[in-house]
This record gives sequence, C-alpha cells and structure tokens, in this order.
Amino acid sequence: MTLALALAALLAVACVVAVALPFLREPEPISDALDELDPGERRRLELVEARDRALAALKELEFDHRTGTVSDEDYRAFVGPLRREAASALQELERERAGEIEMEGRPTGERTS
Amino acid sequence: MAELGRAALVVTLGLSVYALVAGAFAAHLGRRRLALSAQNALLAAFATTLIASAVLVSALLRNDFSFVYVARTTSQALPTAYTISAFWGGQEGSLLLWLLVLTGFAAAAVRLNRGWARDLIVWVVPVFAAVSVFFAFVLVAVASPFATQAAPLDGAGMTPSLQNPYMLAHPVFLYLGYVGLTVPFAFAMGALLSGRTDERWLVATRRWTLVAWAALGFGQLLGSKWAYEEVGWGGYYAWDPVENAALMPWLVATAFLHSVMIQEKRGMLRIWNVLLVLLAFSLSLFGTFLTRSGVVNSIHSFTQSSIGPWFLAFIGVVVTVSLALVFWRLPKLRSPTKLESVVSREAAFLYNNLLLLALCLTIFWGVVYPLLSEALRGEAVVLGREYYDFFLRIFGLPLLLLMGIGPLIAWRRASLRSLLTTFRWPTGVALVAGVALLALGAGSSIPGLIAYTFAAFVITTILLEFGRGTRARKALGATSWPGAFSSLIARNRRRYGGYVVHAAIVLLAIGVAGSSAFDTVAEAKLERGQSMEVGDYRLEYRALDERIAANATEIRAELAVSRGDRDLGTLEAGKNAYTIEDQVSNEVGIRSDPLTGEDLFVIAEQIDPDGTVYFRVFVKPLVNLIWIAGLVFLLGSLITLWPDAREQRRLVERTRELGVPATR
Repeated sequence: MTLALALAALLAVACVVAVALPFLREPEPISDALDELDPGERRRLELVEARDRALAALKELEFDHRTGTVSDEDYRAFVGPLRREAASALQELERERAGEIEMEGRPTGERTS
Repeated sequence: MAELGRAALVVTLGLSVYALVAGAFAAHLGRRRLALSAQNALLAAFATTLIASAVLVSALLRNDFSFVYVARTTSQALPTAYTISAFWGGQEGSLLLWLLVLTGFAAAAVRLNRGWARDLIVWVVPVFAAVSVFFAFVLVAVASPFATQAAPLDGAGMTPSLQNPYMLAHPVFLYLGYVGLTVPFAFAMGALLSGRTDERWLVATRRWTLVAWAALGFGQLLGSKWAYEEVGWGGYYAWDPVENAALMPWLVATAFLHSVMIQEKRGMLRIWNVLLVLLAFSLSLFGTFLTRSGVVNSIHSFTQSSIGPWFLAFIGVVVTVSLALVFWRLPKLRSPTKLESVVSREAAFLYNNLLLLALCLTIFWGVVYPLLSEALRGEAVVLGREYYDFFLRIFGLPLLLLMGIGPLIAWRRASLRSLLTTFRWPTGVALVAGVALLALGAGSSIPGLIAYTFAAFVITTILLEFGRGTRARKALGATSWPGAFSSLIARNRRRYGGYVVHAAIVLLAIGVAGSSAFDTVAEAKLERGQSMEVGDYRLEYRALDERIAANATEIRAELAVSRGDRDLGTLEAGKNAYTIEDQVSNEVGIRSDPLTGEDLFVIAEQIDPDGTVYFRVFVKPLVNLIWIAGLVFLLGSLITLWPDAREQRRLVERTRELGVPATR
C-alpha cells in the first residue's frame, strides 16, 4: 500500500512537471502569441485548395477519358471549365503573392497577426 | 496495487480537466505556452491511463480476487488468453479500454498534426479533453475497476459464450472503431470553434476515419463469426440491439467516407459532412451506452444502471453543443458550388448517403422503439427480424446497385450517350446472370435473385474499372501488365482500394442472400444408429461421448455425414457444461465445403439422459463468402490506408507555398 501510494505521488509529480514544461523551458519568451495564419495566408490557403481541387479534377478527367469512363463529348464539355477554374485560382494566387511581396518590400509594411 | 490504479485514474481526470480548461483559454486568448501545456496534459493523460490499464491487467493475470472486477469476471481455471480478455469483458474494464484508446488516439493525432495545422490543433485539444473528462469521471466516480474487497477463494468465472477466440479480438476492434470516430469529431468541432473550415480538418482526419471505419466493419464480421459458431442458433446476425449499436455508426461513417469525396472534389456538402461526423460520434457513444447500460434488456434495468443516465446526459450535451456550433458557423460552411446534374458521380454519392442514412435511422427506430413503448405503455414491443429484413431489402438493394453505378459516372454530369456506352457491359452481364439464375431455380426468392443480379452488375463494373485502368497505365508507359496494375493502385489507393472494399460488400451480399434466402433446415429426434436427411446430405447419429476439459464437461454427439454415395467423414455437435459458471452452452458442428462455400450446420438442441438427441440441421449455401468478404474488406481497407508519399509531398509543398514554415 505504501509503495503504491509512493508511486502514485511520483506519478502526480511527473505529470505536473510535464504540464509545466513549456513554462519551465521558456520562463520569459520573446512572444507568447499563438502562431496563427494571418488573413492573407488564409486567403492564399483557400486559393491553393481551389487550385489543387481543379488540377486534381483535371487529372482524374484525363485518366477517366483515357480509360473510356468519360466519353469524348463529356470530356470536351468539362475540360475547358476545369482549366479555366485552375487558371483563375493560379492567377489570383499570383496576384496575392505579388501583393504580399509588395507589402513586405515597403519600409513601413507590417504583417497582420 | 488498486491504490495505484485509482490514483492513476484520478490523475488522468485532473490532466483531462486541465487540458480542457487550459486548452480552451489558450485557444481563445492566443497563448502559445498554455496551448503547449494543454497538449502535454493530453499526452500525459495517455501515460497515466496506460498505467491504470497495466495495474488491471496485472491483477487479472495474478488472479487477485481482492479486486471486485477480477473476482466477477474470471476464475482460477480460466485459460490465460480469456483472463486477459476479461479486461474488456466487464463494464468497468471496457470503459477503461475506451479511455485508453481515446487518450492514445488523441495523443497520436495531436502529435502528428501539430506541425502543419497548429492553429487548428489548439482548438482540437479541448474537444478531445472534454470527451476524456467524461470517461475519466465515470471511471473515477461511477464505475471504478479498482474497487476492492476481502478476496474470495475463487472468482465467478467468465460467461461461457465469451470463452471463444473471436471474443479475444471482436470487442477490441469495435472499441477501436467507436473511439476512432472521436478523432474526426474532435477535428470537425475544432474547425468550427476556430472558424478554420478549410480542408485541413478533412486531410488531418481522413486516415483516422478510415481506421475507425475499417476496425468497426472488421470487428462486426468477427462478431458475426462468433455468433455463428458460438451462440449456436444457426445464424450470424440477429438484429440484436447490441449488434445494431455497432452497425449504425459504421453506416454513417460509410456515408461520410463517400460524401467527403464530394467536398474534396467539388467543395460541396460541407454542412452535411460536419453533421455526419457529429452523428457518427454520437452513435458511437449511443452504442457504448446500449452495450454497457443494460437498457436493451428492459427499461427497468436502465434505472438500476449506474452509468446509463451519465451517458444519456453526455450524449445530450454533445449533440446540443455540436449543433449549436454548426448553426453558429453556417455562413462559413456554405458551399461555393452546387449540384449540376442528378446524373453525375456526386449525385450517385448523394443517393448513396441518403440510403445509408435511411437504413441507419430505421435501425435506430427499431432499437429505441421497445424502450419508448415500454416507457409510454408499460410494455416493450420489440420490432422483429421482419422489420429489419424489409428495410434492408428496401434500402440495401438500391445501395448495392449504386456501388456499380457511382464509379462509372463522370463528375459534374454525364451525357446519355456516355451512359449507354459505359453501362453496356455491366447491364448485359447482369441480365444474363439474372436469367441464368432464374433458369437454375433462384426465382424461389425474388430479393435473393435481385441481389445476385445486382452483384453481377457491380462485379463487372469493378473488373472493367481495373481492366481499363491497367490498360491506360500500360499505354502511359508502364513496362509490364503487372507493373501497370500495381502502378494503377499505387497512384490512386483510395479509388482502387475502395473498389476492393466494394468487391467485399458484393461477396457479403452474395453470402447473406445465399445463406438466408436459399437455405434448407431439417429437425429430427434420433437414437443411436438412426439417420436423417437434409438437402443432399445424409447424417447418421453414431455415438455420444462425454469428456472433461480444463473448465467444462463436454458432451458430443458424433454423426457420420455422406452425400449420395460419397462418405464425407464425421461431425460432432453437443454441449459444454461449465461448472464454476453453472451454465451450459451449445457447441455446434460445422462442415464447410471449400469449393462451393456451403456449410452443413448441426445443432444438438436437446440431449436426453438415454442418449437420444434432438438435432436441428441447416444447409447454408455460400455462407463462407461472408468470412472471405471479411478478408477482402481488410485488404481493401489496407490499400486505402497505406501511406501515400505523393500526398505527403503535396501537403508539404502546399505548406511551403503558403510561406508558412511547417513547424514555425
């Protein structure tokens, strides 16, 4: 019983240390703010997802056309809009990136956080 | 050592409460160190639960009957494997297993994803912690596995029907499935809380959902095999509430795995997907509640149950809070795209979802109806096999057909000409199969005939997809046909692994239809030397033996089996009398035909003192396809789950493109 209680006390102490570890490692951090995506990064994430979705759909369409699951007629009907979707996401992504670079280049420019 | 077990659980509860409160504050106030501290608490909770589990396993192995739990679920004579399985054989132990798997999955999910989805993870931690708080609280305050007593000389033993090899694995797989559904739930709620409703929560939970779904599906098949061999009533699925408890979340998870593809490919069904995740998790809690509260036997046992009200309250809180979150985030969940045509792959997936949900809800109604009728009218009205079989046919047969239609229709919309070309072969094969089966006499069961015809349709589509895909890969530069085949699967594991799972479901459908719609049964009371006939088989009752095993007395009737002039050997069926448990179990005799998949299934229903035996014998065509389906299901699941290096590279590339270091 005594051994069990001693082990239990040891366990509790170990857990307290584990929980306190981030504070023990960095007692006075330069910044304690969470790393979060800023609005620009979030917008870029949405565009990257839209671009990847369109590119994946294009790839699948090409393969399904090759296997015969998608007919020539359907392929012609879908390939154009999908390419436009991917191109539009790419262009917008480029614009966002250019805007970001421009912001970072300005001497007074600050990242939102 | 019970004190150590109790203390470990109390520490787990404290850590979980801390992870919940500190995690929520850290996420809300944006405090990095506090968020890391909450994550550490969750990881430590896994370690402390592991220690509590080790204490219980050690007590079981030492036959330490001073633990009430050990004395109630084991005995000195119980073989070691079943002694270990007693860990999840009783209520308190199984809840501890829930907590162990939960904290283990939570720790792994947080560790694996905190690098690339850190802003999402900070909100996921308090959700995991909230679920952990509930289970740790129940184990500490309501149903402790570490209650002690003055040790009796021997334990009460284990229920005989649980002393079966399948019971060593079946509950573990079910629990991996039930608890695994917490991961997509925690990430979905984390996404709603944080407002990060982008695709990352789906990417982070894709494999977890597949693991949970595969474990739940495989666990149910193991349970069916156990029921078939051990329970000894001649079937493998009785629509028992506890069986249904596992089937319902599996059906909803199946719906989610299909509808999530629509969100990934088309950006649609965002609200629907979150609701499916919520429903699957709530049903997994409901399943644990049904299995563990005793409510399914009688509504009165519910009032006697110590954990039932706690579970119901927790399910109520989960559903209310989750729905409130969904309503709060509705504007962020609206889809940018709409369904373009009712004849498209996404539409087929949507029909599949509606049918799966309809089947799940009818089963749910069947489970709760006896409880409601007893509560309202004082008499439990049980909806029988006919109710479930009717809805299985109504929803299951169209589902089977959709498994063949969905993969062959294009995304967005398909033209009539394209449909005619694509479905020419599968329709032709299905019609030929249907007519041939009708000519062979399969028309005695119309649902069975339809199931076989649809199965032929689906199998043809699967073979066509693999055949055409392999040909296309070969044309794209693969050096050999086997190389083209493996490259086809490696480049799209989810799609082609999914087809293997579809093949498993077809095998299952054929096995179920064959063994239930076209089976034969005969009954006879035989004295030694007498015989009976069933189907093409002839069985002669030859002898009755009694022998002493480790923890039971075995009585076996020996039967000589023949078909026409061919001697097929002998078969034994009888009963086991368990002394310590004071129970008798049916031990059936099964002769499987590996070529036809047929079983001869013998039950010795009653053994009289003069040696006369009342036999019930079934001939079950194709029943072994059900167990083969289990292995194919496992293979398909493994293909879909296998790590995909291309996908990993894509994710890393995406993070790099955003200019966000993966572990900043």
